[in-house]
Parts: sequence; structure tokens; C-alpha cells
Amino acid sequence: MNYDTVIGLEIHVQMCTKTKTFCGCSTEYGARPNTHTCPVCLGLPGALPVLNRGVLEKGVAAGLALNCEVRGTSIFARKNYFYPDLPKAYQISQYEQPLNVGGFVVIIDENGREKRIGITRAHLEEDAGKLIHDEDPKGPSYVDFNRCGVPLLEIVSEPEIGTPEEAYRFLAAIKEMMQYAGVSECSMEKGELRVDVNVSLRKQGERELGVKQEIKNMNSFAGVKRALEYEIKRQTKVLRSGERLRPETRLFDENKGATVSMRSKEEAHDYRYFPDPDLVPLALDRPFIEQVRKALPELPEAKRRRFTTEYGLTGYDAALLCSSPKVAGFFEAAAAGRGALLPAASDAEGTASGVPPPAAAVRSGRPKKIANWILTELTGAMNAMKVEIDRFAVTPSMLGELIDLIDSGEISGKMAKEVFDEMVSTGKSAHSITESRGLKQVTDADEIGAAVDEVLAEHEKVVKDYEGGKSSAFGFLVGQVMKKTKGKANPKLVNDLLDRKLGAREKQ
Amino acid sequence: MGLNEQSIETLRELLKSGEITTTDIVRDIDAAIESDKRDDLPLNAYIRFDRAEIDRRVDKSEREKIKGLPSRDLLRGIPIGVKDLINVLGSPTTCGSEILKEYVSPYDATAIINLERSGGIPAGKLNMDEFAMGSSTESSAFGPVRNPHDRRKIPGGSSGGSAAAVAGGLAVAALGSDTGGSIRQPASMCGVFGMKPTYGRVSRYGLVAYASSFDQIGPVTRTVMDGAILLEAIAGFDPADSTSAKVETPRFSELVNGGAKGLRVGVPDEYFGEGLSDEVRALVERGISLLAKAGAVTKKISLKYTRYAIATYYIIATAEASSNLARFDGIRYGTRFVKTDDLLTLYKENRRKGFGSEVKRRILLGTFTLSSGYYDAYYLKAQKARTLIRGDFEEAFKEVDLIATPVSPVPAWEIGTLVDDPLSMYLADIYTVPVNLAGLPAASVPCGATAAALPVGLQLIANHFKEGDIFRAARAVEALQ
Repeated sequence: MNYDTVIGLEIHVQMCTKTKTFCGCSTEYGARPNTHTCPVCLGLPGALPVLNRGVLEKGVAAGLALNCEVRGTSIFARKNYFYPDLPKAYQISQYEQPLNVGGFVVIIDENGREKRIGITRAHLEEDAGKLIHDEDPKGPSYVDFNRCGVPLLEIVSEPEIGTPEEAYRFLAAIKEMMQYAGVSECSMEKGELRVDVNVSLRKQGERELGVKQEIKNMNSFAGVKRALEYEIKRQTKVLRSGERLRPETRLFDENKGATVSMRSKEEAHDYRYFPDPDLVPLALDRPFIEQVRKALPELPEAKRRRFTTEYGLTGYDAALLCSSPKVAGFFEAAAAGRGALLPAASDAEGTASGVPPPAAAVRSGRPKKIANWILTELTGAMNAMKVEIDRFAVTPSMLGELIDLIDSGEISGKMAKEVFDEMVSTGKSAHSITESRGLKQVTDADEIGAAVDEVLAEHEKVVKDYEGGKSSAFGFLVGQVMKKTKGKANPKLVNDLLDRKLGAREKQ
Repeated sequence: MGLNEQSIETLRELLKSGEITTTDIVRDIDAAIESDKRDDLPLNAYIRFDRAEIDRRVDKSEREKIKGLPSRDLLRGIPIGVKDLINVLGSPTTCGSEILKEYVSPYDATAIINLERSGGIPAGKLNMDEFAMGSSTESSAFGPVRNPHDRRKIPGGSSGGSAAAVAGGLAVAALGSDTGGSIRQPASMCGVFGMKPTYGRVSRYGLVAYASSFDQIGPVTRTVMDGAILLEAIAGFDPADSTSAKVETPRFSELVNGGAKGLRVGVPDEYFGEGLSDEVRALVERGISLLAKAGAVTKKISLKYTRYAIATYYIIATAEASSNLARFDGIRYGTRFVKTDDLLTLYKENRRKGFGSEVKRRILLGTFTLSSGYYDAYYLKAQKARTLIRGDFEEAFKEVDLIATPVSPVPAWEIGTLVDDPLSMYLADIYTVPVNLAGLPAASVPCGATAAALPVGLQLIANHFKEGDIFRAARAVEALQ
């Protein structure tokens, strides 16, 4: 018997507002425990919630980005349960009448085809605090309420995801979308994006869904994929052996790469949802929604298209750059700088970010070079240093300047990598580094010619080999010239001169 | 007569002329409380009356006075007792419960901020039914409150401390809260004026919630004028309360003398049926006749869904309460009764020892009606009934300005008699809960006393934000007493 996999995701995204959902406390991450608190988020007796307008705007922006219907009326409900990180003993969420319903996200599936994944709903809710447990299991636990009341958007997908890889791509698409719409930074390290998975197997050809298992506790997209892969294997094995699955909640153990049972659905909480009487129904008028729609920045799909047409990038590079709005923004800012080789007249075409680049620059392939540098050197350095691009020592204009130095032949590609490393560690500009280290490429034909002559004289045997037909000897000689000039010689000039001088010898 | 027994109106003049100071009034109140403590059957109206705390507030008020805020003239330094579920910074807010016995509030309720801005001084925390759940002020962890008219009788509840203090000369005026009649019923039984304002008129920020969609803070006073002054002082839109109404606060203290002439008063049949004591009926009818004498026009009306009000109220209010009171677990604040490593034991023991039986009964009831499988049959159905009851009033107010009814079907009863009969106690709320279901303003104004000298109040209900009409009519009844 073969089975089809049916996957649905629940994604909690932390919205990047300055203040919390229902009070004026800061949402800043990493502050001293319990310093961003007040009677409201501490749930002190008598305190009342008031919705932050910023949360509403971001919630609507998210709904629009996810192609949802933003509802004119939605209602906040209380989800009741006891836990020490939940000071009111209920979480304010949305239940029967969520803000956004019925959207979709388009992904490219494993066969390279577009696939639409439905979004059931995307609703607003508040986060709970954080428990910090002592290393000693019998030791005390501490509560930090700084996170308590931080705004979340819960996105629930339709059970339309068919493979772990699709789940991965769907998550990447959601993350990209939320970052673009300015809803969330989606930093996994800070817990700004958390995923729960529902997965069941259905006999091929049948319509009825199988028994659903919920998996929690994955802290990366790769983890989600691994958990799903494990779970599908496990469920297939159970079903093939003729046993039955019970609906349950399972935890993913990252180290073991396996899921373990946490609780059965019979033990599930009864959350006793009911409309929160402290908050009036949320009424949105059309002008407000339209205002948010107008303020939405360019979304990834449109940006990818523009990068290929305007900058002449490949679809692959455009997609990689656009996977983060910050990276895309960095690229555009760097590409907007005027290349040193370009005629001054092209300046009139404008250089500001978002403005089409000078046609001459596109023709010169400068944007393509910038894209290559971002996707290789910059990404490598940022990953090694674990910094985001907007906190990186090298700014867009600094990268542009480095590219221009290469283009003008002032430094070689190899030297550029050294210069770049120093830019990363010191934050200095490419110009000042090449100046101070005397790294400028030697382009003086006489100086290089002298070095070539010296090398030819020092390596008579190799020259003989070359003349005898051993063409690889040429490379050795180039290397010797570079060594003699401490790597500063323009490689092209070295090649030309060496070729000419060897040719001249043959003729002798 | 001590200053403690004067009205706000009188004291305001004395303070204005400089004849007396706030401290003189506080001293007289303190003396009255101390003397009452020596009584064989003390009223037990206060949970806390701390002179040092009050003096600090008086000092603060004196400093504010220099700034010359015109709104200060409303209360001019008059001390006002506060029901002990309204937060006053630096003071315990016990809600009459073991679980909050040690809890000191780190902030002022908006009503307290408004009170001080109007020149009032929060002075003392008044006894109440635990978490405002009760109609007799017997469920307080600080002991029952007695009725000043007959100390063996209950003062009504849950704002029994507020009503008893004002009636017994232990406070000039007081703030109470009304969820299903908790201001009006004790005001009626103690023979003072008490008003539940329109839902949204007074900010609930800082009022410890019993049932959020019903709770309102309101005045308990000796005279109707005092009630108008005090409501004017505490009312107003508050951005910190999403359910607060964005409406101007009328000058109630001026409207109050408008007279009852021309007011159309509806008398609903359903409020004079079975269960209403003959004596109360006669006194309430007398009150209505006084209104007519003052020039009001009375007519019979019908509020046909009244009989569903008790069930509707006790389903929705307890549902909200079960959620509102879930935060009291002794973990972050409040009394912790056990030392244990087990989380569930901690929750269970703190709540088992921290709450009294009436509070537990209502939490259980509310938890049940919200449970999956019962929600539709109880909570949702009750919400539909609430809409119908509200519709009843909407219809009625197309024809009348006010509705006149009894407050309680019976006068104050003997302490202890209904403690073990919660259902009878709930049924005694029949005339007050429909008002809270509809979010309307209503007041109890004294309209006489029974043969046993127990006071009885007349309930006057108005349309949303029409408290002015209530004050006018109540003032007229008061004048003709």
C-alpha cells in the first residue's frame, strides 16, 4: 500500500513593532529580564489591554502580502490555560473571527512547477513570557516577562503541502514575504519565527485524510524538513504493519533527528475560548486597508522580475538576492553607485537606490559583478561572522568602490580578495587599504618587462622545456613573475609580455 | 454633627471659606471609625483606614492646589472612601480575599486619578464581598459588614462596606462598583444614594475585574447632589480602557436641579410580580407617586424578557469571572499558601486556600459554561438572550425617559440566613441585573422605610448616557421625602 503525505503548517511570526500588542512596553530583544514590563503585560489586577495601532497595520500588511481577505470585523478572544509564563492565565488571540482569511502563497515545487499553497487564516495574538530553568533539574525556574505581550501573527496553511521539501520552500516563501512586507525580521535565532507541523498519511487514491500528528519544537527550516522526513517514515512503517495511529502531539529531538510522543489529543487542553470582553470588536474600514496596501513595499516576486530585466541578472541570481529584502536593498544600493569607468554623462540618469541603473553600467556587467560578490564573498564572510548584511562592516558604496577598482585594472581579482578581507576586519575603504599597503597593481610595462627578463634568465631550463613543447611551463613562468612583483603585476600584462618575449626568443 | 456626617455639598463650602481643612474631616472620620470599633456589633465597613497613607495623599493634594487646576473645585479636598477592588498606588488592594491580603498596588486606577484631579482624596479601603461576588457582604475574608440601620442585618452587597460607611457616618461619600446591582442594592438597603453609570462612562482601568462586560465604578453618597458631583469627578473617556466611551461628561452637578417635570417614566409590569414583598411594593409605588407629584408622567410598560435575566447574567458573568480570576495563583503576587516543587500542587493549593466558597462556586460555574461541548448551549445562548433583553430596553426608551422599579424584592435580611442558599441570593438580583446586561445607567434613591425601619430604595433606569435624567428625577424624589 502506498501513501500520500498531507502536511499543514502553523507558523508564529513575531511582528517587529516598537511596542507590545496591548501596552506601551518596548519589544527590544535581549534586555535585562523583566525590565520591559508594566501592569498590563504583567497581568496585574485591574490592568486592561488597548490594541497597538502598529500591530494592526502590520497584521493587515501581512494579510495583503499573503493574498488574504482582510476582514472588516474581527474579534479578539481569550485562550485560557494555566502556565507560569502566562501572567493573566489567558492569551489574547483571535479564534472564531480572525483578521485575515483565505490567502495563498506560490512556491516552485521539486518538479520546477508553480504550486499554490492555501492560507487558511493569519491572525493576531500576543506572546507569552519565557521560562528560564536552572541547570539543576531540581533547581528553581525563573520567569522573564519581557517577551510577554509581544505581537505575533499566526499563519495557518491549508493541508496542501505534499513533501518535506515543499514545506521547506513554503516556509522560505513565508519568511521572505514577511520580511518584505515589513511584518517581521523572522530571525530564527531570536525565535521570531516558530513552526508547528501537522502531518498525516492518506492511502493513495482515497479522499479521506489519515490520522493527524502534530510536531512541535523544530528550531530551523532544515529541522522541519528532517522532522517531516522522519515522521513520514515512521507513520508509513506503523500503517504498513497494520497498526493504527492515534492523534497525538510529538516533539522533535534535533540531536536524535527523531520525534517523540508528548501527549495524546485526548489529553489536549480545553482552552475555553470566548470573546475578550476587555477589547471591542476590531472594525476596519476600506480606506484604512487601502492605505496599508499602498504603503506595502515591492514584494519579492515583482522585485525578482525587475532585477532580471533592469540589471540583466540571471533568474537564479535575482532569486538569491531577493530572498531577503535587506540583501536586495544592499545590491541595489551598491549597483546604483556610478562605475568609475563610465562616462560622466551617464550620471544624469540618476544613481539613487531603486532608480534604474545607467544602461552603460548594465552593459559593462557591473551589476552582475556586484551580485557575484554579494553571493560569494560577502555571504561567506557574513556567515562566518554571523552578522546580518545591514550590520556588516562593508557598506554598499564600499563594495561598489572595490568593484570599480577591479574594473579599472588598478587591482587584480586576487588582490581584491585580500583587500576585501581587510575591509571586513577594519571597516576601511578599498582605496585607503590599497594606498596604505602599496597594493596597487603594477601596470608599467617596463617594470613588468624587467621582471620577465629576470625570470627568463633565472629559469633557462624551464624556458627550454617550453620551447620543447611543454606548454604548462608557461604557467610556471607567469607565477615566477608574479612572485617577483609580490603579486602586484597586472596578470594580463604579464601574460602578454611573457608571450611576446618568449616568441622573440624563438625567432632568434 | 461631626464633619464625617456632612454632605459633600456642605463640606465643599466649609473648605472653600477656609473654616475647615481636609485634615479636620479625616480626623472626624477616624474618630467615628474608632468609636464604631468599640460597638458590640461593629459595622466593619473598612478593610483599611491608614492615617499616614491618607496624609500623604492630602499633602499631594495640597501641592496640586497651588497649581490652581479649576477642576479641583468639584471636590476641594474631600476624602472619599474607596471599595477595596479599586487600585490605589501604595495601598493594599485585597478585593476582600485571602489571596490578595498582602497585595500592594503599584498604580492608581483611572477613577482615582480623576478623583484627585477633581480635588478628592482617596481615604480608606472599604469592605466588600470577595471579588464583588455576593449580595450581602458576608463573603469577605475580613468578616461581614453590618447594616447601620439594624446591625443584625446585612448591608446588601457587594459594595456593602461603601453603603454602610456612608449610611453610618464613617465616610462622607464612597466609590463602589456594580456588576449586577452591587452599588444599587446596598444603597437601597442602607438608605443612601447609589448609581451605576452607563457602561463605558467611568474607566475600568484599575478596577479589579469580576465580569468585564458588566463592571462599572459608581458613587455611593448621602444625597443625590453628592452623587452627581462624585460621578462628574470620576467620569470621562480613558484611552487605557478600550471599552471606555468617547463622550463628554455632562455637568451633572448642574443638571441635578433640573426637576422631574415632563419626564416620562415607565413602570414595567414584570418588576412588580411574584416574589416582591408587599412592604417594598408599597414603598416603591409611593416613590413613583412622588415622581408624579413632581411633574413626571408615568405609564405602564413591558420588558418581556426580564425572566431570562438572572440565568443570562449568571452564565455570562461567571464565564468572564472564571477567566478574570485565573491570574490569581499566588505565583507572581498575592498569598502563597504552600511550599512545593510541583507546579500543579502550587496552583491547586493557592487557589483552594486563597478563594472563598462563593468565588469558587462562580469560577466552577463559568468554567463549565465555557467548556467545549457546553459553550453553545450556555454561553452563546446567554449572549443571544442578552441581546433580547437589551432590545427590550431599546423599545421601552422609545416611549419613556426613565424606568422606575424596585431595587431588591426584599429589605435587608438577617446576617447568615442566605449564606447556604446561593440560589435564593441570586434570585434577589432580579431587578438589578437586567440593567447591567443592557449596559444602562441606573440608581437607587431612598423612598422610605419598612415598619422595622429598614430603608428601601427606588430604582431609576435611563437610556445610555442619560444619567442626567436619573439625577433630576432622584433629586425630586429626595426633595419630597
